[in-house]
Amino acid sequence: MNFLFYPLTLVTFTPLLGVLVLLFLKPEQKNAARWVALITSLVTFGISIAVLVQFNLGDPGLQMVVDVPWIQVAGWNISFLMGVDGLSILLLLLTTFLTPISILSTWTAVEERVKEFMVFFLLLEVGMVGVFLAQDLFLFYIFWEFTLVPMYFLIGLWGGPRRIYAAVKFFLYTMAGSILMLLAILWLGIYGGTFSVPELITTGGIPADIQLWLFIAFAAAFAIKVPMWPLHSWLPDAHVEAPTAGSVILAGVLLKMGTYGFLRFNIPLFPQAAIQAAPWIAVLAVIGILYGAAVSYAQKDVKKLVAYSSVSHLGFVMLGLFALNPQGIQGGILQMINHGLSTGALFLIVGMIYERRHTRDMDAFGGLWKVMPVYGTLTLIVALSSMGLPGLNGFVGEFAILLGAWEAGQVDGPLGSYWFAGLAAVGVILAAVYILYMFQKLFLGPVDKEENRALKDINWREIATLAPLLVFIFWIGLYPKPFFTLMAPAVNNLVTALQTAALAMH
Amino acid sequence: MTLQTVLQSTLAILPLTILVLWASLLILVDLFIPDERKWLTALLAALGMVVSLILALTRTGAQQVAFDGMVVIDGFSIFLQALFLVSGLAAIALSHDYLKRMHIDRSEFYILLMYSISGMMLMSMAADLIVVFLALELLSIPLYVLAGFARPRVASEEAALKYFLLGAYAGGFVVYGVALVFGATGSTGLADIVSAIQAGTANLNLLAIGAALILVGLGFKVAAVPFHMWTPDVYEGSPSPVTAFMSVGAKAGGFAALLRVFVIAFPVLALDMTPILWVLAALTMILGNFVAIAQRNIKRLLAYSSIAHAGYILMAIVPYGQRDVSPDAVASSLVYLVAYALTSFGAWAVVIALEKAEGGGLELEDYAGLARRYPLLAAAMAVFMLSFTGVPPTLGFVGKFYLFRTVIDGGFIGLAIIGVLTSLVSAYYYLRVVVFMYMREGEPQVTSAAWVNLTAGVAALATVVLSIFATPLFTWASQAVLQLF
Repeated sequence: MNFLFYPLTLVTFTPLLGVLVLLFLKPEQKNAARWVALITSLVTFGISIAVLVQFNLGDPGLQMVVDVPWIQVAGWNISFLMGVDGLSILLLLLTTFLTPISILSTWTAVEERVKEFMVFFLLLEVGMVGVFLAQDLFLFYIFWEFTLVPMYFLIGLWGGPRRIYAAVKFFLYTMAGSILMLLAILWLGIYGGTFSVPELITTGGIPADIQLWLFIAFAAAFAIKVPMWPLHSWLPDAHVEAPTAGSVILAGVLLKMGTYGFLRFNIPLFPQAAIQAAPWIAVLAVIGILYGAAVSYAQKDVKKLVAYSSVSHLGFVMLGLFALNPQGIQGGILQMINHGLSTGALFLIVGMIYERRHTRDMDAFGGLWKVMPVYGTLTLIVALSSMGLPGLNGFVGEFAILLGAWEAGQVDGPLGSYWFAGLAAVGVILAAVYILYMFQKLFLGPVDKEENRALKDINWREIATLAPLLVFIFWIGLYPKPFFTLMAPAVNNLVTALQTAALAMH
Repeated sequence: MTLQTVLQSTLAILPLTILVLWASLLILVDLFIPDERKWLTALLAALGMVVSLILALTRTGAQQVAFDGMVVIDGFSIFLQALFLVSGLAAIALSHDYLKRMHIDRSEFYILLMYSISGMMLMSMAADLIVVFLALELLSIPLYVLAGFARPRVASEEAALKYFLLGAYAGGFVVYGVALVFGATGSTGLADIVSAIQAGTANLNLLAIGAALILVGLGFKVAAVPFHMWTPDVYEGSPSPVTAFMSVGAKAGGFAALLRVFVIAFPVLALDMTPILWVLAALTMILGNFVAIAQRNIKRLLAYSSIAHAGYILMAIVPYGQRDVSPDAVASSLVYLVAYALTSFGAWAVVIALEKAEGGGLELEDYAGLARRYPLLAAAMAVFMLSFTGVPPTLGFVGKFYLFRTVIDGGFIGLAIIGVLTSLVSAYYYLRVVVFMYMREGEPQVTSAAWVNLTAGVAALATVVLSIFATPLFTWASQAVLQLF
């Protein structure tokens, strides 16, 4: 049983200890529940830092592997197989980083059933971390599907007025995609005699036509999660109804599970299908970028605006990943992190004003900067980061993605047209439009609403929830090199494999 | 047959012999137990089942025939016998308090239960079509009585009558099928049928018709579409513990016969039977799941859900004719039956905890607010609903994983797609139960009974724990089927 004390199992299952403690608390002990959850998530974050310290930068493969036989009967070859590499280490850190921040943001926002809220939140963390570390398809699917359950309860119990509808829609939509993936997983398990992803990649040799079907089945699950246009309709509902902490995690981490899935499974397992599908995915990605931006601009509800901006931002990530070259993929991974930081921060910001005014209608505000100067300044930084201002994190990711997409746009490149990069660049401009529009509606102009005059500026706790995010927003914006160094070997490895597959196709 | 062989055979099926004798003795003993101590009868019945269970389990790994090859003791039968006996114990746990509460506390209940279980046990050992029929009647007749146990409640009487009439009708199909198989092969023993087919003396057309009729008869028992019509009314009208037992035991009994007879005797008919089974499985999954959406009464909802689950198990039987897949087909059905049994008994335990006299407390609205007032009960029910849906980490998920793997292995991807899509549909109505429990406000009324709570708790725990430590169950199931082939 000593595999339970390996770094990766520890980082996955430590939140369960918090759940165990929480179960013994009484419902009235609200503060105790908050502290238990916060401390547990901070300890988990500490363990993930230990994982980072042990991480070998030069190694492109899986590290700190945990491999324990699990179900090995009747032709089943299922292992408890976990590992971390350059593709997942940043996402692991993002998850463990955003969880304590989200918990901190609920301190006064969640007053009902605090204990249950924290239980579900920590269970959600187990699921998310597991998704990023699992290297066995069976294990991965368990974590993947399991994240639905706590998120369903978080939306359905602590959400807004239409929470039940949103929760059920979220559950059914996501499950619709994942059951198709389940069939593909089963097919792979029978075909390869194992569910281990590294082994399946090494074996390879899946016939091209079947690759395409499997690619589609996996893509169904991931595209809904991302969400890619036109499968995004669950997202605005889920986001608007979810409590703030739920939105932060939903945007910050859960959506990344989709893009990560493409990166971890679709591209390496079905390289030929990935090359064939790249232009199609890129079309959907670019539509998503433009559509998300346009619809964001049309929103009156701030939270909805931020939700739709996710569709646009995640379109960038998908475009980068399916440029299938180092710049694009690295940009895509970095943009996942950036989106987690910026959009996470935006949802926190929206949550703060909602807690004060109990409305998110943009027309109800105006001139807030005069009333809440600290809040205004922090919002401005986050907004600029989200629209990709040079010097802040968003720019670095989007620039790398556009570079990758441009290069992939060469005639013999995977995308085969410069239009993708060109239209995506228009998306960057549109982002500036809707973000600045939002900022102007909320913060600039005169304070013309009576209710807004007496609003209190944000307190130390709220600053403390935003500050860590701002640190990284600046860090990635000014000095992104360490982040690229972390992922470069694994990404280069992946691209080499893709090139081999491309050669085999011709 | 000499007296000695009869004795030897009786000893060979000792778990069954003990149970029948115990039940018959208990009728007499019960006369001397005063009315206020009828719990003693329940206890004695449970004790008999435990003894039988232990005896059955000590035979793990044995392979033996008895009564001139009409009955066979092998891993398959022992696995199922354990399932039946544990179901019986769960049924006793669920009914003890319920019977008193509903004023139908008559101790024949437990004895009838034991007789029904002995029928199921015989079914699991049947190596001859005559024994299949015998066992079918032995398991069914006590169930007809049990369905009407809440008399003079009209719903219960109606349930009994309906179940009896349709059951008798289904029994007729089985007998006619057996007769045709006998006509086609000159024998009713499974081994002899196989040799007749191999020798080329069998009339295959006649055999196919006979097999189809047997399928129809057993289809009634497992509630497969289009032979499911009785299920919602009977499940709703019967006393809830009986429904729980029926939905697990009778279904597993039907599948016990279906699996053994088809896998051993009828692989030669696979070309004809596979498409029929395919259609039956698809229809059962589709109809069961879609109609369940419209149900507002939890008993009817679970009835349609049980129809749907029969469809999933049937799906695994579709590739029964492929020699390299059929062991998995049987093993996955066994695993799924265990998952289904655990989840069902748990769910029914919660239903029983909320049920009030005269059919009250059974609407979904009555579950509103359960999570606030009874968090543990609600959490258990949520686990069962997720397990029925097939969401990890529950045994229902592991079971479906195995089933779908078998189906894909057999090359029936279309059926697997229908299977997963209907699972998605099922998520809608199972989640609705969760929505009511957790997200609606209400004042649910729960009658707390220790044994019912224990059943729900153990089932919930087992549903989760067994999904993570699934290896023993898988090993047992995959070894249990080895002797069939």
